[in-house]
Amino acid sequence: MPAAAGQTKARRLRALRNAGRFLVIIVLTYLGLLAVTFFIGRVMPIDPVLVVLGDHASGDAVARVREEMGLNKPLWQQFYIYLGKVLQGDFGTSVLSSNPVMQDIRRAFPATLELATLGIIIGVGLGVPLGVWAAVRQGRWVDQIVRVMGLVGYSVPIFWLGLMGLVLFYAKLGWVGGPGRVDVTYEYTLANVSGLLLLDAAMANQWDAFANVLSHLILPASLLGYFSLAYISRMTRSFMLHELSQEYVVAARAKGLSEARIIWRHALRNAMVPLVTVITLSYAGLLEGSVLTETVFAWPGLGLYITNSLQNADMNAVLGGTIVVGSVFIGLNLLSDVLYKALDPRTRIR
Amino acid sequence: MRYLKPVLNRRVLVAAVASTFAWAAGVTSAVAATPKDTLVLAFAFDDIITMDPAEVFEISGSEVVNNTYDRLVRLDLSDTSRLVNDIAKSWTISADGKTFSFEIKPGLKFASGNPLTAEDVAFSFQRAVILDKGPAFILGQFGFTKDNVKDKIKATGPLTLTLDVDKAYAPSFVLNCLSADVASVVDKKLLLSNEVAGDLGYAWLKTHYAGSGPLKLREWRANEVVALERNDNYYGTKAPLARVLYRHVKESSTQRLLLEKGDVDIARNLSPQDLAALAGNKDIISSSAPKGTVYYISLNQKNPNLAKPEVREALKWLLDYSAIGDTLIKNIGIIDQNFLPKGLLGASTAMPYKLDVDKAKALLVKAGLPNGFKVTIDMRTIQPVQGITESFQQTAKRAGIDVEIIPGDGKQVLTKYRARTHDMYIGQWGADYWDPHSNATFVQNSDNSDEAKAKPLAWRNAWVVPELDKMADAAVLERDTARRKKMYEDMQAEFRKTSPFIMLFQQVEVADARSNVVGFKLGPTFGSNYMFTVSKK
Repeated sequence: MPAAAGQTKARRLRALRNAGRFLVIIVLTYLGLLAVTFFIGRVMPIDPVLVVLGDHASGDAVARVREEMGLNKPLWQQFYIYLGKVLQGDFGTSVLSSNPVMQDIRRAFPATLELATLGIIIGVGLGVPLGVWAAVRQGRWVDQIVRVMGLVGYSVPIFWLGLMGLVLFYAKLGWVGGPGRVDVTYEYTLANVSGLLLLDAAMANQWDAFANVLSHLILPASLLGYFSLAYISRMTRSFMLHELSQEYVVAARAKGLSEARIIWRHALRNAMVPLVTVITLSYAGLLEGSVLTETVFAWPGLGLYITNSLQNADMNAVLGGTIVVGSVFIGLNLLSDVLYKALDPRTRIR
Repeated sequence: MRYLKPVLNRRVLVAAVASTFAWAAGVTSAVAATPKDTLVLAFAFDDIITMDPAEVFEISGSEVVNNTYDRLVRLDLSDTSRLVNDIAKSWTISADGKTFSFEIKPGLKFASGNPLTAEDVAFSFQRAVILDKGPAFILGQFGFTKDNVKDKIKATGPLTLTLDVDKAYAPSFVLNCLSADVASVVDKKLLLSNEVAGDLGYAWLKTHYAGSGPLKLREWRANEVVALERNDNYYGTKAPLARVLYRHVKESSTQRLLLEKGDVDIARNLSPQDLAALAGNKDIISSSAPKGTVYYISLNQKNPNLAKPEVREALKWLLDYSAIGDTLIKNIGIIDQNFLPKGLLGASTAMPYKLDVDKAKALLVKAGLPNGFKVTIDMRTIQPVQGITESFQQTAKRAGIDVEIIPGDGKQVLTKYRARTHDMYIGQWGADYWDPHSNATFVQNSDNSDEAKAKPLAWRNAWVVPELDKMADAAVLERDTARRKKMYEDMQAEFRKTSPFIMLFQQVEVADARSNVVGFKLGPTFGSNYMFTVSKK
């Protein structure tokens, strides 16, 4: 059947072209990300040699290290050299820790990953039902409460809320563990294999360590969860209101379907389509690492790492962190595209 | 509530919230206390960049090196004008003052088990000079270079070693420099076995340990933890506690909460507000020590207004020293109007200046600026620097001087200062080694050109003062201690009158500890905070 064969070939060509286009976009995104960060870093009024040698070193040492770090070469040449190394997998060494940058990030990122994941679970787990409830009871007290919670979430500084949380739940009530990922006693007994301490403790069957890690995790995760909850519940409410005003809802009611089924099975299912994008972007935002939360809770995550590196003009570390954050965004954007297609059959039809 | 019944109704919500709290209460640690054999400190150490004594220059790194490495001589903490022998058994100086001979204590071992010989000491010094990192100038200033150091510093026997310096320096000066971090003794055999491409073990030692001190470095995780352990091969009194753990905690309020709950034994970076709040707590003891760091405001002589001598003096009369001393730097600083901090040879306690707006105005008239002038000041956005700058802005306004504050981040402001593009600058200088010559940078400026390689503080403010410069050079060669002391006192008298530096205060380091911590004492330098003498009741 020549027509069908021709159709398959055309579809395959289209798929290849799409994949090719996608790849080009990814490469250009990374290139742009690196170029902008690199040049901002070099243009920043901080002397990187100052960080390496300190303020008191001799003039000869300073000149020598400047040369060693390649800082006397023209900017575009420095960038070219850096790109060349990156393509070989060498992201450079951090000035501050003397380790390869990716080794440092491999240690810092899981801390942020654990925190962000638990945070988004709390944010979605509470935010979506709250948003639905607010939409269904639009104008009633539930709606007002959700509105106020959202407002507080936008306006109250996370730094202050975090400290207040520590004062209340840790210092006064003793319900949660303190700042830091785990108690000092587990420093020598809990092996850090993956960096995700909950996973490591579970795999090693150290359930007391697991409980301890959870007690340290719950407060900062709730904080981040609260802030994403504020946004997610507002968006859920908004999407749900849109869905509940559609004609198919009236038709479903007329057909005699129960309200619960209409809300959860149909309206929410349709609202999920744009909501998935909101949730994945919120998750990506949390994965960047909230430096304020990490400072208050002494959490050695990506936010603290990148900020500290930036303040010390440790550009290899900042660029490495930028690549990781950029990859996270690109990956999650892809995921939301895939989920979008999965949830909305209309997008699959050409 | 019909449609929400199966999934989410009021009862379910309440039950969920209640059970969450119950569970949370269950999973928390029953006792929030530190292990008995471990000293836990909350300390902000994001400034550490290396564990190699030949490279360490920042505050936190210096403390770790002081606790984990030995050197020939150390500061006597009970009397900081004296040195005590560390691994040196005795030493002599030749008649011409240029050769120092040391005898090392016998039978010493590194933590690795390797014996500690004179060859290790010579290697340590040679290595520091050859690698030529940040603190190398401390040894380099005695005429040691990459090419001659192996001849000038050498082991003459298994336990004897000589140093040939290029001039007849004051003996106290040389020995003070040998008590600095850069003169720490490293394990030659261990380093060479971890050498890569002839780097003398540099890449390895950045994150590892090759010492012989009372504590040894177990692990350094940047921004997270520094873990030290008792070294059982140490020649002196063994550390009472098995482990010392530094936890990186940047925020003062967080450190305070941890200390109050007993999750740390000592908190090192408490703000004045948190210190005041903890003052009434009977479970917490506060200790403090003045440090070799002085804060100052400097006037760039490239600015024509600031170059006028009357203006320089007028500005010194425009600071409310007593108010600053009583409020902004209470407990964390002592007003000091000289460039040598208390404790260093030749330090002066003379304080001629106080707030006197009328005197300042009269001086401005003499300078031909009766209506004042406009000027900027570069400042780091941290306390107490920010508070002092704002206070200075207010008092200067009363004499008609309009000060504009340019805030910035630490390294950013320092970069601008080193490029001499500032008007006024407020900052600090910490002594690199416990000798007055370390602060001679305030008056030394042999090459005032923009391309000059060296950037002493006088250069950074384009201040050329050949008389004081020569006096500083001569003071370092004065072998009579009493005469040397007088020279620094004379220098400071002249400095107080004419320099473009408004000296502000000497820093005091404060730390709070739980009441069961015994033997914790802060030293005069940032490194000399010894944790190996601390125990817990």
